[in-house]
Amino acid sequence: MNVQVRTVQPGDLAQVVAIDAEATRLAKPEYWEDILRRYGSGRRRGRFFLVAESGGRIEGYIVGEVRDWEFGSPRCGWVFAIGVRPAVRQSGIGSRLLAAIVEGFRSLGVTKVRTLLARDNHLVLSFFRSQGMMAAPFIPLEMDIE
Amino acid sequence: MRLQKNTLFALCSVLEAASRPGEVLPAGAIARTYGISPHHLAKVLRTLARAGLVESARGVGGGYRFVGNARRVTLMDVIELFERVGAAPGAGGRRGRRAARGAGENSGSVAVERALAAVLAEIDEIAVATFRSISLATMLKLVARARRA
Repeated sequence: MNVQVRTVQPGDLAQVVAIDAEATRLAKPEYWEDILRRYGSGRRRGRFFLVAESGGRIEGYIVGEVRDWEFGSPRCGWVFAIGVRPAVRQSGIGSRLLAAIVEGFRSLGVTKVRTLLARDNHLVLSFFRSQGMMAAPFIPLEMDIE
Repeated sequence: MRLQKNTLFALCSVLEAASRPGEVLPAGAIARTYGISPHHLAKVLRTLARAGLVESARGVGGGYRFVGNARRVTLMDVIELFERVGAAPGAGGRRGRRAARGAGENSGSVAVERALAAVLAEIDEIAVATFRSISLATMLKLVARARRA
């Protein structure tokens, strides 16, 4: 499969929304329009919204950014969304997307990449593990607001 | 987090076999490599064979070969063959069940045991998520990295 990884274009967004909706069973077009505005312009240094295209079709996406002192952490790259069409999983598209965003982080002098996932998201957890990610020295906490 | 001995033997055996796909490994060699008693290892390998992770090859040069899918089989898949890790959310395990039986007799101790059970369940859930996220193929990469270190 001939895949090109590039910065997202506004015309790609409907396919990104569809890929996300297929995985999460929830279409979030407004959320993705906001992500496109904030991350897709390519003008904000340290923000990345990349897509994997093959034969004119979007097969996957990845979004992330470089953040300073987030959660007390020195400057590092955060990946907060990744998705690949189910039909083309296990073909290296996720690896290509992650490698591309990591290269973007590296070009900005970043030497650490992090992400945060639901414990029961076995598919994506396994993917990041297969790429060499290990548990980070953080514990996510939450509480109900009454 | 401590795993039972047989579970650790199983993980070592299956990783050793998965690191040499298609190769028949004599059980005695695995036992010597990991300092496992041959008797224990035989039981462990039979369980792995029943689960379709290894198959035995009889005769001269016999032993076990890996027949699973290293990219699909996770550490949890192997562990679950030998022991139960983690309680169902809200069940609270043995402590929680005892606490539930004793409800009404001493509400103070019930509350303490319930609160402890919630913390222990949280730890178990993290352990399970970790084991489920690591495939044998990923584990072999970690082994290779440890060799290089």
